[in-house]
Amino acid sequence: MDKKEEILKLLEGDARLGVAEVAKAVGLSEEEVAKVIAELEKSGVIRKYKTVINWEKLGKEKVAALIDVKITPEREHGYDAIAERIMRFPEVKNLYLVSGMYDLSVLVEGNTMKEVAAFVAEKLAPLPQVTSTTTHFILKKYKEDGDMLYDGEELRRLAVSP
Amino acid sequence: MMRDKIARRVAEVPPSGIRKFFDLVANVEGVISLGVGEPDFITPWHIREACIYSLERGYTMYTSNYGLPELRQEIAIATKRDYGIDYSPENEVLITVGVSEAFDLAIRALVNPGDEVLIPEPTYVAYKPCTIFAGGVPVSVPTRAEDEFKLLPEQLEARITPKSKVLVLNYPNNPTGATMSKRDLEAIADIVVEHDLVVISDEIYDKLTYDGKHVPFAALNGMRERCIYLNGFSKSYAMTGWRIGYALGEAEVIEAMMKIHQYAMLCAPIMSQKAALEALRRGNNAVKEMREEYNRRRKLIVKRLREAGLECFEPRGAFYVFPSIVSTGMSSEEFAERLLREERVAVVPGNAFGEGGEGHVRMAYAASLRDISEAMSRLEKFLSR
Repeated sequence: MDKKEEILKLLEGDARLGVAEVAKAVGLSEEEVAKVIAELEKSGVIRKYKTVINWEKLGKEKVAALIDVKITPEREHGYDAIAERIMRFPEVKNLYLVSGMYDLSVLVEGNTMKEVAAFVAEKLAPLPQVTSTTTHFILKKYKEDGDMLYDGEELRRLAVSP
Repeated sequence: MMRDKIARRVAEVPPSGIRKFFDLVANVEGVISLGVGEPDFITPWHIREACIYSLERGYTMYTSNYGLPELRQEIAIATKRDYGIDYSPENEVLITVGVSEAFDLAIRALVNPGDEVLIPEPTYVAYKPCTIFAGGVPVSVPTRAEDEFKLLPEQLEARITPKSKVLVLNYPNNPTGATMSKRDLEAIADIVVEHDLVVISDEIYDKLTYDGKHVPFAALNGMRERCIYLNGFSKSYAMTGWRIGYALGEAEVIEAMMKIHQYAMLCAPIMSQKAALEALRRGNNAVKEMREEYNRRRKLIVKRLREAGLECFEPRGAFYVFPSIVSTGMSSEEFAERLLREERVAVVPGNAFGEGGEGHVRMAYAASLRDISEAMSRLEKFLSR
């Protein structure tokens, strides 16, 4: 693995890891690491540093739905133009073009079920290229962004062992 | 007054230095432990899931004394593929309850009362007691930090007597992290032949080698028939609690070990054997990822130790560093106890690994980069007092 990839792996696991630790773990100076990270940020390889939050645990429930959207692609633009239009809505958290029975998979998040339903009815479905939508409300989140959202698994080692 | 209840050879073995330290650590809160001799990864899920599936299908019985045939087969294939050594899954592979059991079986199968067992020191804690329990006489062969804790031929030769029968090797090494190159091992092999020794080679850390390629002792010219090659799943696949190890060797010695195993243990737990099978078949990616992570931690901890002013040879295998603490003027026990009480960092005093470990402490970097970093900051504070 090259140094860039190693640095990215470390930050992917723990975005708050300091430059000093990263430097020692990959065998570069702190200046070099800071430079590589700055470059990666600038070139857009590193998009941003986020926190994985289990909102439910705080008692703040949000409503999310996965929506299967069928599209009539446009001449010259294919799916890109309509996708770009949809992804600008802040309610849209994830957006993928997929193979299979439908074209776009949209993850929409809102504060209430009504809010999400209104978004689909008023914004998404009326778009001229959209031929149909199927909305699946998410009932429970088990894993998000590679992190399990429950506390069932933890390391249970003895404090000292041979 | 009852007569001496406990057998003398058991009574004379002192309690484990690690055990003593464990009790100390249990009474301090907020400890960062670098004293743990096991991975900080939970066994990869696909391995756990395979075990669950085997239970669902009703695999709850004894297996052959030698172990599940398909697991023996897979081990033979992997050993041939990785190291080019041939063992017959029929009668040259024995599945044991961890390498710990395999070592105990090997010693018991080889040693007559009074036979001397040569053990490089600092040493893993179990080799000497097991030798004594088996009626053998442990003979320490010193290894030194300035030689990167390699076993030197002249040191070994100096301790050989007409009673020497067995040589124990453990590379990559617990507690020092030392490794032995092919050339290093060949020099030892010459002595093994000259003095007609049998080698028990515990290579449980083989997959955690960071510089250069691991060479099993049995892969050397003429050493297959002189060597009992021990390995297992605990460290490379993060499977310590499953207790699965294995012994490879010529049919004669494996059969002798099996004889003890069949009466003492009968067989290793079947569900763990099923998990081990899955680990061998599909666990290589996980091993690679864990090794890369350990390597990053290794570099971090060695750098930080040196910055903190402790002399530390760069270990090339396992997940331990074994820095010298002589410069502090403290004994290894005093150092470890004070570091624990004053800065809440647990390390294991070097003398737990034999007198040759005095002047050192063992730190395991099987901990997150953050914890290692924090532990090193505490260590710096401790040393600057």
